[in-house]
Amino acid sequence: MDALDRRLVNRLQGGFPLSERPFAEIARELGSDEKTVIARLARLCEEGVLTRFGPLFDAERMGGAVTLCAMEVPEDRFEEVAAIVSGFPEVAHNYERDHRLNMWFVIAVTEPREIPRVIRRIEERTALAVLNLPKEREYFLELRLDA
Amino acid sequence: MKPDAVDRALIAATREGLPLCERPFEAVGARLGISGAEVRQRFARMLEAGIIRRIGVVPNHYRLGYRANGMSVWDVADEAVDRLGSEVGALPFVSHCYRRPRRLPDWPYNLFAMVHGRDRAEVERKVAEIARLLGDAARGHEVLYSRRILKKTGLRARFPEERTRCSA
Repeated sequence: MDALDRRLVNRLQGGFPLSERPFAEIARELGSDEKTVIARLARLCEEGVLTRFGPLFDAERMGGAVTLCAMEVPEDRFEEVAAIVSGFPEVAHNYERDHRLNMWFVIAVTEPREIPRVIRRIEERTALAVLNLPKEREYFLELRLDA
Repeated sequence: MKPDAVDRALIAATREGLPLCERPFEAVGARLGISGAEVRQRFARMLEAGIIRRIGVVPNHYRLGYRANGMSVWDVADEAVDRLGSEVGALPFVSHCYRRPRRLPDWPYNLFAMVHGRDRAEVERKVAEIARLLGDAARGHEVLYSRRILKKTGLRARFPEERTRCSA
C-alpha cells in the first residue's frame, strides 16, 4: 500500500458522495484522477485489503434482528462445529476467541422471531448450548481504522 | 421509514457492493429500470433513516496491520452502566460498545467494548484506559482476543448470498 492507497482507504470509511461521478469527486479531494481511484479501489478489493465497498445495511432498521452468541466448544470438535455454525446463512460473522467460551458469532435475520429458531437449530446440530447475548443498548458504532 | 419494493430491490442489487465504474449509481439503476438520480435519492433517504449505516469500504483490519482484536467485557454496576457506557463508547479506540444481559453464573459481564491494536500490548494499554475510566464501578473484566476469523460477511441481514465482496 502506498500513500494514495492509505488516503483512499481512510477517506472511503467516511461519507461517500451521492453524486453522479462520486469517484471523480473523491479523486479531486485526494489530488488524483477518477480512473486511478477506480483502479486502486478494484485492486485493494482484489487483494483483500478491503472486504467490501458499498452501502452497509442495518438489519434492525430494516425490521430484522441481530444478536451475539457464544459457545463453549471442545477443542477436538472445534473445526466440525465451526463448519456447522458458519454454514448457517443467518450467521453473519463467526470468530474463534481465546476463552473458555471460544466461539463467538453474530446471527442476523430479517424476522426477529427467527433468532430463537436459528439458535435452537444450531444447538440441535452441534449438541452444544448457545449463550444468547442480544444487545440491550448501543453506545457507539463506527469503526474507523487508520490505514 | 419502511423500505418500499423499489428500496428492497435496490438493497438486493447492492448487497454485494457497488459497481466500481464512473457512474455507479446509474449502473445500479440501469439494472432496476430506474435513473441514477433516483438511486441517489433513495440512498440518501435510507442513510437518513439509518437503514444504511454508511456507504464506503470495509477494510480487513488484519491487512491494515491491526492484528490484535480484543473484545473487552466488563461487569459494571447496573446503576452506572449507561452513563459509563456512553463514555467508553466515546473513546476514540473503541469501535463497538454495547450493553448486553448477564447470564449468571456463566457470564457476569454486561458491558462489551471492542478494542483494536497493532499488537496485544497496544490493546492492553487501551484496556487499562477503559479500566481507569470505569474505576470502582467495574467489578471485574476480561479481554477475549480473536484467534481466527471463521466467517465474515459485510451484511448485517440474512440474504441468499452469504458472502459479500467488492464488485469490480
